[in-house]
Amino acid sequence: MPPAASPDGAPSPFSRSQLYAPHPFPGRLIAVEGIDGSGKSTQLLLLERWLRARGYPVHFTEWNSSRLVRHSMSRGKKKNLLTPTTFSLLHAVDFADRMTYQVLPPLKAGMIVLADRYVYTAFARDVARGVHPDWVRAVYNFALRPDLTLYFRVPIETSLERLLAGRAKLKYHEAGMDVTRSVDPIESFRLFQSRVLDTYDKLTREFGLHPIDAATEIPLQQKLVRRMVQEILRDYDRHRAKGNHGASHQSR
Amino acid sequence: MAPRTNRAKTWYGHGMPYVAEKRLPGHLIAIEGTDGVGRSTQIELLRPWLELEGYAVSNTGWTRSPLLHETIEEAKAGHQLTVTTFSLLYAADFADRLEHEILPALQAGFIVIADRYMYTAFARNSVMGADPAWTRDLFGMALVPDLVLYLEIDVDTLAPRVVQGKGMDYWESGMHLALGTDLFDSFVRYQRRLLIEYQRLAEEFGFVTVDARRPVDHVQQELRAHISELLRKGETRHVADLGPPPAPPADED
Repeated sequence: MPPAASPDGAPSPFSRSQLYAPHPFPGRLIAVEGIDGSGKSTQLLLLERWLRARGYPVHFTEWNSSRLVRHSMSRGKKKNLLTPTTFSLLHAVDFADRMTYQVLPPLKAGMIVLADRYVYTAFARDVARGVHPDWVRAVYNFALRPDLTLYFRVPIETSLERLLAGRAKLKYHEAGMDVTRSVDPIESFRLFQSRVLDTYDKLTREFGLHPIDAATEIPLQQKLVRRMVQEILRDYDRHRAKGNHGASHQSR
Repeated sequence: MAPRTNRAKTWYGHGMPYVAEKRLPGHLIAIEGTDGVGRSTQIELLRPWLELEGYAVSNTGWTRSPLLHETIEEAKAGHQLTVTTFSLLYAADFADRLEHEILPALQAGFIVIADRYMYTAFARNSVMGADPAWTRDLFGMALVPDLVLYLEIDVDTLAPRVVQGKGMDYWESGMHLALGTDLFDSFVRYQRRLLIEYQRLAEEFGFVTVDARRPVDHVQQELRAHISELLRKGETRHVADLGPPPAPPADED
């Protein structure tokens, strides 16, 4: 894999990481990030509808969905065997597996890949759980830089309201009860997710994520999302997906 | 970056920042060497000897973590792994055993004998074509062993041993690397590459190399000699912690 440089020439401690330079493939990679209850999945679904309606070849992939570690993950969660490090590594296995089977082939085939959560989820959550920020970046150094990463920024209370409206209670790990040691899920959620939010803010600067105010109305957010996506599709050649690899392309 | 130290123990890289600094009075001994070299036979002999000497022993072995064992077996059977997912699974298995077996045992003053350690991943990943720097970063959470005993062998001695023993298996013969359709030839090519990597690692990490071509009891004697030496050093440290030492050991070789 070729060494990658930071996009604006800034010195990067992880020069081998591919996350600091655009990927060379004809497709487009769009990722959404944000804490639970930020509404990012809803926005991604609306984006997918729009792209499909306009005839774009779309492939969707979701965090923690690979079959490879499903067993270990559920066993680890159920029996409370996971530590911050194994939690992080299991997600990395999931991600690497999806990179191989779900992200790279469609990107190379010129498709638009929509990723519900990306490496920034690991950088935010795992660091909030206590692993070293440099270590987790090194673990994911094989990940490609998305053409666009949308960060749905929402106050903790708003995300809590949304989550509790949808179901009876918060999940153990989502509430960060493994790290906060708090017995009250809601209190734990506030504590843990505010750490995650702080980290996301730092990541926004480090990796150039595009923040979107996720407390506003859904159609308004979607309008912004579509505008930004249109921007990265301006020089996208949809015929590539049918095997035409002639024209050059420029990714951002 | 300066490694984090834990009394006499050192983390290989960033370590596990959330693990509180604890005193780890035990000893961590890693036994390295390729498959079929006799690691488990030697470990089985070390344990009763150490226990007779009054040391509590805890064993840990590659891919034996309760969290990952089944997943790794399933994945190997399913042929869907890449060198990246392979490495990450091994790292997860390692981290699980480190936190749930190795660290608690060291804290309790046990001697931990690790059947393979991170160096196995370093050697295998190099042969499989993973970025060696990435593999090393991955294991930045590992604790550096007090002693790495490397059982050295050559392919010509190894091959008949494996054939007569449990037989050549798909993975240890490197069949996943598609070096050829002949199991034996593939085994020889794969193991030769692996042994070259181990040799490099032995120099880089200062393994104590033990010639494993000799009979089992000769190898065992040499392993015991190296372990005794480590424990004597540890003894001094331990005694110093307690205050004035009792009578010195009767003989020092």
